[in-house]
Amino acid sequence: MDDARGSSEHDVLDRVSDPEDTDALVIAGTTLSSRLIMGTGGMASPESLRQALEASGTSLATVAVRRIDPTMRHSLIDILDELSISVLPNTAGCYTAAEALLTARLAREAFETNWVKLEVIADDQTLLPDSLELLSAAEALVADGFTVLPYCSDDPTVARRLAQAGCAAVMPLGSPIGSGQGILNPHNIALIAAESPVPVILDAGIGTASDAARALELGCSAVLVASAVTRARHPGRMAMAMRHAVEAGRLAYRAGRIPRRDQAEASSAFDGLVTT
Amino acid sequence: MVEPGPFDVAVIGGGVIGLSCAWRLAETARSVVLLASDQFPPATSAAAGMLAPVAEAHFGEERLARLNSLAALRWPAFAAEIEAASGRDVGYLRSGSLMVALDPSDRRQLDVVHAFQRELGLESFELGPSACRAKEPLLTPGMNGGLDLPGDHQVDNRLLLEALWTAVARAGVNVVHGEAGPLVNDQGVVTGVHLASGRILPANVVVMAAGAASGRMAADAAAPPVRPVKGLTIRLTAPSGAPRMQRIVRGLVHGRSCYLVPRQDGSVVLGATVEEKGFDLAVQFGPVHDLMEDARRLLPTLGEYTLDDIAVGLRPGTPDNGPIVGWSPVPGLLWATGHYRNGILLAPVTADEVVSLLDHHPGDQAGGDPDRSPFADFRPDRFVARRS
Repeated sequence: MDDARGSSEHDVLDRVSDPEDTDALVIAGTTLSSRLIMGTGGMASPESLRQALEASGTSLATVAVRRIDPTMRHSLIDILDELSISVLPNTAGCYTAAEALLTARLAREAFETNWVKLEVIADDQTLLPDSLELLSAAEALVADGFTVLPYCSDDPTVARRLAQAGCAAVMPLGSPIGSGQGILNPHNIALIAAESPVPVILDAGIGTASDAARALELGCSAVLVASAVTRARHPGRMAMAMRHAVEAGRLAYRAGRIPRRDQAEASSAFDGLVTT
Repeated sequence: MVEPGPFDVAVIGGGVIGLSCAWRLAETARSVVLLASDQFPPATSAAAGMLAPVAEAHFGEERLARLNSLAALRWPAFAAEIEAASGRDVGYLRSGSLMVALDPSDRRQLDVVHAFQRELGLESFELGPSACRAKEPLLTPGMNGGLDLPGDHQVDNRLLLEALWTAVARAGVNVVHGEAGPLVNDQGVVTGVHLASGRILPANVVVMAAGAASGRMAADAAAPPVRPVKGLTIRLTAPSGAPRMQRIVRGLVHGRSCYLVPRQDGSVVLGATVEEKGFDLAVQFGPVHDLMEDARRLLPTLGEYTLDDIAVGLRPGTPDNGPIVGWSPVPGLLWATGHYRNGILLAPVTADEVVSLLDHHPGDQAGGDPDRSPFADFRPDRFVARRS
């Protein structure tokens, strides 16, 4: 055991994992190096956004097409370019399928990507998804050649229908956008993850690192985090915490948690220790 | 047209920073020419004139908060000086501010803000709903308390601009109204400014104080990393007989922020949006509606006020939200820009700093002495290093 003490975390990981098994997250044939996707809205300054993105280790970040000018220098797009983070345009601010289609097509032009995080919200008080408009927009965008990642409710039926419509992933909410309430219906999230033929990305409601870890433990493939980082006292630290949480949650999920018991059970059994 | 020999200094920018610098420099017996755009209204005219080192202290911006606090201390004397130089009132009021929470979630957010303000050593005192309403009776009874910020004051931004224009004229500054072309670059040294009209303004030193436009008035190394961040403010007036606001109010309203600045004449400035839309001055219905809705939730009586004016400006944003004041990488060019949300607050100390830079290191980068200026953390080289 002496050599284990001196070895790095990665050496230990090599020993506990199958070298053939890379456990990569693949969405629509593209391998992502991180299971953490970052939102970019609401950051106090470009510099603190840069620090948070770097600390997060993310390879994919959402950009609100309707809220920024993609040609602007010294800001978001420059930073993403510099850090080699891919842009995932979103349709934030859209209330109907028609608006979302228009926005997605503008994004495809502006950012030269056919990926889109599809958001169609019902109203600006709850910011909950409008499932009917969402499904109709998803069908149209898939037919138009987009790689569609829809932000949806935590209803397993809605998630199933979106996957059937050809979406590349589904993004159920943990709780309302920006609320930081964590995962309010873990049962539904686990149901969605268990049956989904496409990756499940928990989106919205993450308040702190344990929420992100829990999403992965429930079987989600990734999480998207925005406010929890941008509005934290130290965005860079929280981004780093999220990065570790996502790794920890994924490892725990793959390690297989023990079943819950109603009563204590000693970790070393006393019975039968002395045999003759 | 033949120009006289080079001016000592050419200042580009007709906002609060450019005007303050030009006025101060002219008072030091330098020959000064000021170039002010006719096309782009300065962000100063759309501002609310809050001098708010406490409410504007944000996470991760502790150094800026220190500079802002220092700048606020400079204001009473500056206000007196500009009023003496111009013979005009600038509406400087030591009125203090309230920061208030509408719903319980907003209150929890405010608690975090309060702890941060205290940690920075700033004056911030918790108030319950009744105490808030004693200071500002128009606040809705349904609000959830707030903070008393006795160190956050105001100046009337538009009166200030008028006073600065008068002071600049009286101090003998040559004023040119027009659009700046490229800088005159003589073998790597800036020696003046081209005008769009074809004229040249020759100068020994050029001070770039063009706010949001600073980043696009020069090329390459001469261009500071400044981007436009749109903001709009709405001006309201109390009809005769209607109750008037007493205090500056900064509100958190269901997670959104707004502020209301009451003037002595009964008008109120309501602001402000923060929009990353490039060089765009369009007024969209949605953001205006949101601001008005939030203000009315907080102070229902405002619904009776008349709507006078909606103003749009482009704040000069920088990568870390701090200003950029100091010698640029190009000899002969000084940057005094990037003041983002704090241009009016920082104008007096910025003008002092520009005079000091010209007194001590004319036309060139600072020498080897340790930088003890209040702007030591806000020099151009903090961005220049990364770029090269």
